[in-house]
Amino acid sequence: MNVLLTNIAQAVLMVLAAPLAAGMIKKIKARLQNRQGASVMQPYRDLRKLFGKEVLLAEHASWIFRAAPYVVFTATVMAASVVPAVIVDSPFALTADVIALAGLLAISRFFTALAGMDIGTAFGGMGASREMTFSALAEPAMLMSIFVLSVVAQSTNLSTMIHHVLQTGLVLYPSIAFALIAMLMVAVAENGRIPIDNPATHLELTMIHEAMILEYSGRHLALIEWASQIKLLLYATLIVDLFFPWGIAVSAHLPVLAVALLAWALKLLMLFLLVALMETGLAKMRLFEVPQYLSMAFFLALLGMFTHYILEVGVL
Amino acid sequence: MSLVLLQQVISMAAAMLLLISFALLAQRRMLTVLHWFAIHGVVLAATTALVAYSSGDSELYISAAITLALKGMLLPWVLWKIILQMHVHREVEPLVNIPVTMLIAAALVLFSFQVAIPIEKLSHLLTRNTIAIATASVLLGMLMMITRRKAITQVVGFLAMENALFFAAIGATYGMPLVVELGVAFDVLIASIVFGLFFYHIRTTFESLDLEAMEERR
Repeated sequence: MNVLLTNIAQAVLMVLAAPLAAGMIKKIKARLQNRQGASVMQPYRDLRKLFGKEVLLAEHASWIFRAAPYVVFTATVMAASVVPAVIVDSPFALTADVIALAGLLAISRFFTALAGMDIGTAFGGMGASREMTFSALAEPAMLMSIFVLSVVAQSTNLSTMIHHVLQTGLVLYPSIAFALIAMLMVAVAENGRIPIDNPATHLELTMIHEAMILEYSGRHLALIEWASQIKLLLYATLIVDLFFPWGIAVSAHLPVLAVALLAWALKLLMLFLLVALMETGLAKMRLFEVPQYLSMAFFLALLGMFTHYILEVGVL
Repeated sequence: MSLVLLQQVISMAAAMLLLISFALLAQRRMLTVLHWFAIHGVVLAATTALVAYSSGDSELYISAAITLALKGMLLPWVLWKIILQMHVHREVEPLVNIPVTMLIAAALVLFSFQVAIPIEKLSHLLTRNTIAIATASVLLGMLMMITRRKAITQVVGFLAMENALFFAAIGATYGMPLVVELGVAFDVLIASIVFGLFFYHIRTTFESLDLEAMEERR
């Protein structure tokens, strides 16, 4: 099969499977809490319902408010198409490296925050200010943990990094272990999951992400929700494929791709199980403890960088 | 176990020790500081046993056992008892706030890496890469002594520093002779008893373990 075609299929798959991933986490969480829970297809139904509804705009909404959902969705989809999920050598991955990926996600965050402030309600501004405060801390931590891998693989290109991990095989690298933990911590914060933010509530004092999109309705809300589901899947894929790339397809042949798809789904399922366990076991953190949590992630990644140079490169 | 794998496991243990040294600095509660200190001792003992296995030095096994009993169990337990008995305030009171302390700690790690490079070049042991980590841990223990206000956290810093020195000895030369090590272990034990007495006296004289109370009397 054509590599380019596979890449496009992979991007489409990421976008289409994102609500399923979100539904799966919800379902596992419900089962862990002894509830039946909604079907895993529920997010699709929610999206369909929202797309069918009329858009209500506030009187003072400017063009930013109307454009933001489309910008957010497009930037997130572009970011998702860059991440190698089932095949390593994707042509799209050559166009954007990790730094560009972080940039794309930053664009989407920037526009969400702008839209939150645009309408002029108290909650929007509050959510925007919180989001910006936390992302200013989360972004360096995420970049630092990815840089650890980049330094190990000597490239910021995702495909090259995955190739390097594949070639070295299962080796105990303390630096990569630290980077993985830091990355997990940042991913939790960036996607607004418990213990940082609770995606299921609209409790006014604690919300971050929900506060910014409170004024959205109809297809705008659908796009934003979908984008945040894609972002969740993107982070999960990034974690499982960067740190545990085994099973990923090296060539674009159908049997290899099928195995890779299966491996990807299994790895994601394991990660989601972990996320659901964490969300069931942990309580939401106080808002003022979040900076401390994020700086901890940053220091872990920094330690990963140090231990790489001290222990793995060492003295030749 | 193959040599490469062994080296990786030892590197991993060294990285764990560095991580725990950072964790000691980052804690805000007294009891979690003690937990991390106990873990520090246990990981140190495990590392010693690993080095003993890789070097075939049977005396190191004895040091590992002493480390486990003394630094992993006895000392944390003694400190825990002291905290409970003296009704010490549960929060750690840092002089410099914690993120800044962490930044200083990161700088210290870089510094000790730079300093350790020439020493590491002289060594041919399996554990030579861990010298920088041990140096960093010593400095981090010192940092903890400097930046904490209360006597107990300062003592934990001192003991963590002692742990790191022990680790440095193992990394650089596969451990000191057993006699020396026994002597050091005994010294630490005595020191902890003396510390306990000091805590008691400081507290009865100044009604606080906060050392700033002492500085006011100068």
